[in-house]
Amino acid sequence: MPEAKLMQGNEACTLGALAAGLNFFAGYPITPSTEIAELCSEELPKIGGKFIQMEDEIGSIAAIIGASLTGRKAMTATSGPGFSLMQELIGYSAISEVPIVIINVQRVGPSTGMPTSLAQGDVMQARWGTHGDHPVVVLAPGNVRECFDLTIKAFNIAEDLRVPVIVLSDETIGHMREKVVLPDYKSIKVVNRKAPATPAGYLPYKADQDGGVPLMAPFGAGYRWHVTGLSHDETGFPTNKGEVAGDLIKRLMRKVEKAEPVIRDYATESADDCDVLVVAFGSSAMSATSAVRQARAQGVKAGLFRPKTIWPFPEEPLRELAAKAKRIIVPEMNLGQLVLEIERVVAGKAPVERLSKVNCELFRPEEILKAIIGGSK
Amino acid sequence: MSESLDYFRQNRLPHIWCPGCGHGTVTGALTRTLAKLGIDKNNVVVVSGIGCSSRASGYLDFDTIHTAHGRAIAFATGIKLSRPDMKVIVMTGDGDCTAIGGNHFIHAARRNIDITTIVMNNSNYGMTSGQYSPMTPTGMLGTTAPYGNVERPFDLGKLAIACGATYVGRSTSYHVQLLGELLEKALLNKGFSVVEAVVGCPTYFGRKNKLGGAVDMFTWQKDHAVNVKAAAVMAPEKLEGKFLIGELYNQAAPEFTAQYDALIESVRRKFDNFQGGVRGCAQNSD
Repeated sequence: MPEAKLMQGNEACTLGALAAGLNFFAGYPITPSTEIAELCSEELPKIGGKFIQMEDEIGSIAAIIGASLTGRKAMTATSGPGFSLMQELIGYSAISEVPIVIINVQRVGPSTGMPTSLAQGDVMQARWGTHGDHPVVVLAPGNVRECFDLTIKAFNIAEDLRVPVIVLSDETIGHMREKVVLPDYKSIKVVNRKAPATPAGYLPYKADQDGGVPLMAPFGAGYRWHVTGLSHDETGFPTNKGEVAGDLIKRLMRKVEKAEPVIRDYATESADDCDVLVVAFGSSAMSATSAVRQARAQGVKAGLFRPKTIWPFPEEPLRELAAKAKRIIVPEMNLGQLVLEIERVVAGKAPVERLSKVNCELFRPEEILKAIIGGSK
Repeated sequence: MSESLDYFRQNRLPHIWCPGCGHGTVTGALTRTLAKLGIDKNNVVVVSGIGCSSRASGYLDFDTIHTAHGRAIAFATGIKLSRPDMKVIVMTGDGDCTAIGGNHFIHAARRNIDITTIVMNNSNYGMTSGQYSPMTPTGMLGTTAPYGNVERPFDLGKLAIACGATYVGRSTSYHVQLLGELLEKALLNKGFSVVEAVVGCPTYFGRKNKLGGAVDMFTWQKDHAVNVKAAAVMAPEKLEGKFLIGELYNQAAPEFTAQYDALIESVRRKFDNFQGGVRGCAQNSD
């Protein structure tokens, strides 16, 4: 019988990673993510896994890509400045199709900002932080239990699609302690990457279809294949042919586009018949949930749409709800990032109102309630 | 010869290096050494960064990875810690290793992780056409040092030793036999090993500094390198303007991945009621 435990989001992320098969962690201390590294350093040796504290965040992401190439499930965890340092190698993971998971516990930026304070300012960086067109999947947990669930999901997507997956947590979600009942471990679905059957004729970047995922051999298994961050053809060796390089980028992007309906994850509350739709993610969504309930109690038809996959954004379900809503409110702890995507998706079907906050304090439900009711009158 | 050729991906040849470049000589010395040691191709990972030297990985018939600029040793650290049983070799250059990758270099040496790092030092950034590097001698010209380099270069051997590397050697693309001997000892050392190979770059460094052609640059190596054993009995004034080659350091110390595996063993003994992890994670035992 699963028992309830009191734990913080960072702890739940770590337990989720372990449940998904994590056996290699490399990281560098940074607030407010450090508990993840600490817990990994304690737990991994018990299961024969490996932990290393690298000399910086660039080294950390490099080490997990190296570890992943040998067949391990590898992760790092960081926050703002460290996440910025990792950007180049997120692109490396994307183009070389080496699965990795990064937990980014967002804090106030830019630069050193406020290390122990809440912000959600990395939405766009998580999607577009590295140079060039590239695929990436970003998941945003909205409570402690979801830190567990979405970290498992992050590993499963990374292994299945061979993409870098970012869990976009934040200071409040990461440090908040909640009562959590974890699922029965036997019920957890764990996805492992698909390996080729034989080295004979192995083409490491041969996809059987548009948007397909090539089979991945681990290093040290007799395949003797080549990995590079240069644009490459099916053999994995560099190419100077523009056409081949372009086809590679298109296939990488199609991989995630095709998978979007499958990996799509979101929650709604009272959204089917609402006049005012609040769209919020992460810690802001906790306040938004409360605000929507209070509005309903006052007779205002408010609802919530809470994306858990934020990149790729779950367009279709939001578009359906937006067609019925009179107004859409987007509270987020930045000066307007996810709202840009929401405006694109909603495409004028309903007015989209920004509710931005950058004073480091979690939204009070009344602030969102005021926006819901104020605008309704 | 045929045995060492077997370590090449012959369908990837010819290589892209310029005539007179020493990188091919160094790569050849490595494959001959691996053949001599009879090392299984399936048990080697070659990791490189970015630059002329780092193209070597693509020509070699192992699991190979051409990483990002400066990051070869960090990638290699993840690979070696994951697979301590595999032979991990980093092929890098003076800019890749000592400028952008300097931090990873010093920390890998400090950890004494069992990686053999071959630094092809051609005194400049060849791939980007001849800018000065942290190993360009003071006063020499580069495309970003048009009035002469005012900076001081690293002595890579001293740097490696100071940081904790347990095997350090230096040779040149002229002293190929010595290079092979150093590589052999480096590959057999259980720890972080550094072999610097001084090589000519006639296309950029040589031309910019009017050092003559490829043959002149090989001759320069022959005339300016002094074996460390000979140097020990030479008067200091005779060593002016020369550089040392040979085995610079060889001292055993605990190796990082072995230490970590020992830690795992002791932790698992402590938690000997281990049943898939105290937190119930049964499926991820290693």
